[in-house]
Amino acid sequence: MTEHVADSHDDHDSPENIKREMTRYIGVFLALAALTGLTVWVRFQLQLPEKQAIIVALIIATVKGSLVAAFFMHLLSEKKLIYSVLVITVVFFAVLMWLPVHDILDKFGYR
Amino acid sequence: MSVHEAAHGHMEIPFTVEARPDTGLYNGKLGVWLFLASEVMLFGALFSSLILIRTGAAEWPKGWEELHVIPATINTFVLIASSVFVVMAWANLRLRNLKVARMWIAATLLCGFAFMGIKAYEYSLSFQHHHFPKTSNFFAIYFTMTGLHGLHVLGGMVVFGYFLTKGWSMAETEPKRFTNRIEIVGLYWHFVDLVWIFLFPTLYLL
Repeated sequence: MTEHVADSHDDHDSPENIKREMTRYIGVFLALAALTGLTVWVRFQLQLPEKQAIIVALIIATVKGSLVAAFFMHLLSEKKLIYSVLVITVVFFAVLMWLPVHDILDKFGYR
Repeated sequence: MSVHEAAHGHMEIPFTVEARPDTGLYNGKLGVWLFLASEVMLFGALFSSLILIRTGAAEWPKGWEELHVIPATINTFVLIASSVFVVMAWANLRLRNLKVARMWIAATLLCGFAFMGIKAYEYSLSFQHHHFPKTSNFFAIYFTMTGLHGLHVLGGMVVFGYFLTKGWSMAETEPKRFTNRIEIVGLYWHFVDLVWIFLFPTLYLL
């Protein structure tokens, strides 16, 4: 999917394939809309305790984010270099998220 | 620089359409991914700060009691709709359906206006309730994160506005290059959508 324009010989550029992709995009949009509804429904209907509410909300957000990244940003079939850039980014992002871990453990009484 | 280019005093920007042999990508695409990597760190630092401030606070307000969930939910739908509009524009450009592609770009821009309008309404409601960044740590981080996100939406709107008006001529003269441009701004726009997907539950629902 990456080099549709850069490489005109790519099968991905065939009109049939592009039309299939467009159908897939609509499917992803519907899934994202449904998951947004689910996020709000879980918050106001299930009334989960704080810890569970945070976990469920973040799981749904992660699924939605993965759909956007995989299909709209074409990360399902990217070039190796893009993946390399993302791996480095994820490592540094993980460090940023790791910093408050001790506070979270204290907050929920795990230490 | 070729003799012809030297004579005319300009040089073509390399690899705007064809892939560079060493990276396998056209330059703009690698450039925007590097930019997005830096953006991950920018928003990542703010999310990290939010977690630290929240867990360190004796009490933390409930987002759905202090903020306005209905406009924020509508804005979530607006942004995910705009994301699908961008990829539809890109797909139609690849099919050389220029008129349809232009319509999808216009729809994306409209979504941007809708998002900013709803966000402005939401801010006005907060101000009416005397909620400002100085009010509390909760509102400080809320206005900082949503404000920065809003600036990103605004930046995307400027680019889409340019491509829809002055920049549109390239769609007819250099269609492949224009298609790549829409892919690049699309990647940026999806990232802005991605940030909102995490901001919405984190600030409003938890």
